[in-house]
Amino acid sequence: MNINEIISILSYPFMSRALIVGILVSLCASLLGVILVLKRYSLIGHGLADVGFASLSLAMAIGVSPIYISAPIVIFTSFIIMYVSQSKKINGDVAIGVFSTASLAFGVIITSLSNGLNMDVYSYMFGSILAMNKSDVTMSIVLSIVVITLFVVFYNRLFIVTEDENFAKASGINLTFYQFLISFLTALTVVIGMRMMGTLLISSLIIFPAVIAKKFAMSFKSLVILSAIVSIFCFIVGILVSFIFNLPTGAGIVLVNIITMFISSLINIIANKLGSYRN
Amino acid sequence: MNLIKINNLNVSYKVGYKNISVLKNISFQVNSGEYICIVGNNGSGKSTLIKSLLGLVPVYKGQILKNCQKDEISYLPQSNSIPINFPATVEEIILSGTQNTVRRLPFYTKENKTLAQKAMEKAEVSKFSKRRFWELSGGQQQRVLFARAIAKNPKILILDEPCTGLDPVVSESFYKLLIKTNSEQKTTIIMVSHDLHSVKKYASKVLVLNKELLFCGSVRDWDKYRNGGDTI
Repeated sequence: MNINEIISILSYPFMSRALIVGILVSLCASLLGVILVLKRYSLIGHGLADVGFASLSLAMAIGVSPIYISAPIVIFTSFIIMYVSQSKKINGDVAIGVFSTASLAFGVIITSLSNGLNMDVYSYMFGSILAMNKSDVTMSIVLSIVVITLFVVFYNRLFIVTEDENFAKASGINLTFYQFLISFLTALTVVIGMRMMGTLLISSLIIFPAVIAKKFAMSFKSLVILSAIVSIFCFIVGILVSFIFNLPTGAGIVLVNIITMFISSLINIIANKLGSYRN
Repeated sequence: MNLIKINNLNVSYKVGYKNISVLKNISFQVNSGEYICIVGNNGSGKSTLIKSLLGLVPVYKGQILKNCQKDEISYLPQSNSIPINFPATVEEIILSGTQNTVRRLPFYTKENKTLAQKAMEKAEVSKFSKRRFWELSGGQQQRVLFARAIAKNPKILILDEPCTGLDPVVSESFYKLLIKTNSEQKTTIIMVSHDLHSVKKYASKVLVLNKELLFCGSVRDWDKYRNGGDTI
């Protein structure tokens, strides 16, 4: 396969739509992923994606473009999950477990009452690049810009909240506001990404790049930048792989992420060995 | 000058339907420039007391009257407050201590950077400002957290057992740093400590706590109080 072929693949209209949305989603997910992984919230993305599945089934059943229904439902649920995990009686993981399984059940019931588990359902569980129409693309671009702007504006605040919650609170920073901001941004990212990545695989975009970048990052800033680069790289390679081998898009991207993680672990181990010899 | 006045403070936690009282009827004052040490057994409510001063736990009854702005109080938590392997440089961590001070912008301005630079010099951590926090030794980490706490030039610095897990030599150099800040910057210090030797050496006022305030006074009086037969 040569460069010309790749360029011709990328010039299909559905492919360029998928690329635009995909790069933006990867960027959003990798930025947030850094915070979610460090704060051990990484499963929130997964839980919210299951909620997304329920809202997608609902949207399909009543015949509305999914993004308009999913966005409010997922954002609302993310607030409930955050609110419940704030109270000391219930842990965050329990809240996520309850909401994700409840939503899955709800989604499956809706689908089986309407059309049954058909190809559409398969495509939104595991992702498809054909799923994007023009209005989805516009909406995705707007939402991604919101996520990226808020992240950049509040970067330092998010850093201190991730670094040391007690110190942040003692410095007069409104901890609750930032926790809700994090869950709001995660909800938006899940909504934008779930058609392409599939609801079962979207959380990989949040987790993998941050974990890979963490092996090499020397500072928080470099972690964020590296994580964004890794995420976009894995997305582009993954979407090509999934197109060429006719795999579900989400699965192809996860596969590339896994391979990247293995290679980066190997590099890391070798670099550490060399470093210890030098010392 | 009187900085904090605590009147009849009560703090309790709710466990199930039970209210468990942690602090009962605590009253004392914090004056400008003092070096206050809070001592007491485990579970005596020392950490809860400073957390209520910082506004981290809700007050059940009583009052905490502060004669200073909230951002003039700073906090140095126990050294394990930063998650293990958190990838941040010393500089990033110390800069975060200047947040919410200068003009309250979410961005760092030149003023923030100057504040952080000065704090690094005071805490003697400028040498490794570009290194990752978790590569440093325990004593160095503690000095970094100290720099973060004093970066905004607070009037009051509250510390929670700052020298847990540090060897005597490192602890001693940390206490020297602390007393220097106390005497040169006139920073008021409120510290929870188990290290009675250093309490005796540096403190200007001692509080003995066991859910209630058992003793509050100067180091000399505290010595008499201890020799009077009570064990702490």
